[in-house]
Amino acid sequence: MIMLAKPSAPSNDKRWKIVEATMRRNGYQGNALIETLHSIQEAFGYLEPEGLRFVAESLRVPLSQVYGAATFYHFFTMKPPGKHTCVVCTGTACYINGAPALLAAMEEKYGIKPGETVPDGELSLLTARCVGSCSIAPVAVFDKDVVGKLGPSDMVARAGKYKCHDA
Amino acid sequence: MTPEELNEIAVTEKEAQSRFPHHVCVCTAAGCLSAGSGEVKKALAKEVIESGMQHECKVKGVGCMGLCSAGPLVTVDGRMYQNVTADDSTDIVRSMEDGKPVKRLECNTKAPFFTRQTKMVLENSGVIDPERIEDYIAADGYSALLNAITEMRPNEVVDQVIKSGLRGRGGAGYPTGLKWSTVAKASGGAMKYVICNADEGDPGAFMDRAVLESDPHRVLEGMAIAAYAVGATRGYIYVRAEYPLAVKNLRTAIRHAEKLELLGNDIAGTRFSFRVEVRLGAGAFVCGEETALIASVEGKRGTPRPRPPYPAQQGLWGHPTLINNVETFANVPVILRKGGEWFSKIGTAKSKGTKVFALAGRVKNTGLIEVPMGIPLREIIFDIGGGIPDGRNFKAVQTGGPSGGCIPEAHLDLPVDYESLAKVGSIMGSGGMIVTDDSSCMVDVAKYFIEFCMSESCGKCVPCRVGTTHLHNLLEKICRGEGTEKDIATIEELCDVVRNTSLCGLGQSAPNPIMSTLNYFRHEYTAHVKDASCPAGVCITARAKEAK
Repeated sequence: MIMLAKPSAPSNDKRWKIVEATMRRNGYQGNALIETLHSIQEAFGYLEPEGLRFVAESLRVPLSQVYGAATFYHFFTMKPPGKHTCVVCTGTACYINGAPALLAAMEEKYGIKPGETVPDGELSLLTARCVGSCSIAPVAVFDKDVVGKLGPSDMVARAGKYKCHDA
Repeated sequence: MTPEELNEIAVTEKEAQSRFPHHVCVCTAAGCLSAGSGEVKKALAKEVIESGMQHECKVKGVGCMGLCSAGPLVTVDGRMYQNVTADDSTDIVRSMEDGKPVKRLECNTKAPFFTRQTKMVLENSGVIDPERIEDYIAADGYSALLNAITEMRPNEVVDQVIKSGLRGRGGAGYPTGLKWSTVAKASGGAMKYVICNADEGDPGAFMDRAVLESDPHRVLEGMAIAAYAVGATRGYIYVRAEYPLAVKNLRTAIRHAEKLELLGNDIAGTRFSFRVEVRLGAGAFVCGEETALIASVEGKRGTPRPRPPYPAQQGLWGHPTLINNVETFANVPVILRKGGEWFSKIGTAKSKGTKVFALAGRVKNTGLIEVPMGIPLREIIFDIGGGIPDGRNFKAVQTGGPSGGCIPEAHLDLPVDYESLAKVGSIMGSGGMIVTDDSSCMVDVAKYFIEFCMSESCGKCVPCRVGTTHLHNLLEKICRGEGTEKDIATIEELCDVVRNTSLCGLGQSAPNPIMSTLNYFRHEYTAHVKDASCPAGVCITARAKEAK
């Protein structure tokens, strides 16, 4: 068996230690790929190309397969998110209870569509398939806070708080 | 851990609980949590200490109580309060001192929402603290597992499940006992696996999430019993990353069960060993399909493969694998505790037991309900659900999510079971039940679901990848008021092709929402095509633009 040198992390950033710990815990096995990508996204907020290369080398999985998994699953993003994120749920219950109006209000007020970030990088607008809080639809998640029974004006006001100053 | 030791824990826990004359349970499942129950719990705990009642009153966080639309929910010595805020804590604590309930917060538990339900899978939900294994053990938890592995042979366990008539709660309704016996008989080398499908990707469904958040040990116990019955030693729970609280509670539960040696090597001094790991999904609806789920657990893209071979013969890493849904496993402990025969007495001739539904959309009482199989849809929507709010009229109920169909008023007296729902063009599905009223346009609803299937199609087979895109484009055209009668005919033809030629369940069922709406609400399609108008006023057709 050819012994390869242990690949080194893309930078000295301490967060790579968390990623390495995840791979170590799974014995550097290829099947830990998705778990590892989760740990990168959790630590950095998105998957960057250098990180994918590092994971491919560490787990000895072809880079194409790593890239394939990173782009196949909706949960992973390769775009850096804004400082704050606002995720509008577009599940069925939210959809029929007015989620499209929330998105329209955000576009009108801040000029961003789902997946986009305002130019100053303060706020990203995202959508989720369903966050499972259907009984209080329509729902949006502001950073980690789930807020239900939202109207378009509440939505814009809450997002505005993030945009003006650091919450 | 022997059965005697388990019993000792149960007795000690019950004694410890009975030392408190008052019990305050705060729902800390996702629905109430987002309505602010975390603050309520803190305020109540603080208030109890400030009024010097910490030795008489126990405040604990519990799982989902069901009526999510009235959250945060709190029970005080069995009395339920709704829409509780942190400011109400003073009054609630005082009510325990003077014995007078807080009238303004009272929730009517004599209402049909509560009385028409039969709780089996959810029996502990909203009652026990999901983060404490002792609380689960005090509610007879893990007794079925220890009894099975010390007193029963694996085939006797399978027999009980066969006798119960339990069918897969993921939606397709495959007989669980039959699946178990196939895996038990499979001889595929040394390893066998048990996988719990908790990838609840169906939008509008939150049953599995509630079970995992409220009673995670129940699922672990069910999995362990299954593992013993089929001869597996390793298990995986594939759970959505979008459910952080469920993941957290599950991981805690696994750690606690391992500590008490209810999971691990040589459980209860027998030669049965079973370990469980959590695997996170990453937001792909197709991973609910069993072969795609297996690919994802293996760390690959979640794409399905043709069956046979079925996972029961060749599953995870090529080994025989048993895959069941969360709710299916959650039914197992109670079946073993009370017997398969007892279970088979609940429900209808072909659909046994109860079903958990996530009731949402345009209905007064939204939340989590558990009803016996065979209950009419009308009873669920108008009695339990309390009917349609804002004086509007019922239009349709959508079951089974993107794989299901819309059922109109005319079929509301149908009993809820696998066969009846299939007969009217829908499916039981995993349990999402979304009610729509006359403010919804059914063409728009069909477009919503096909848009979902289009973007969730994994792209492996052509009928699904290309077919769903074309269907979506045609429906968009109709919604814009630019469609023709010929487009409707093309849609019908395409639906037929996609349904009959797709590789997996996603594509095969993707046309269901369109076909059922075309069947029952064709006049809405015709209005879009002939008059370029949307009867519900949802779609922005050419005529609607003119009117503006």
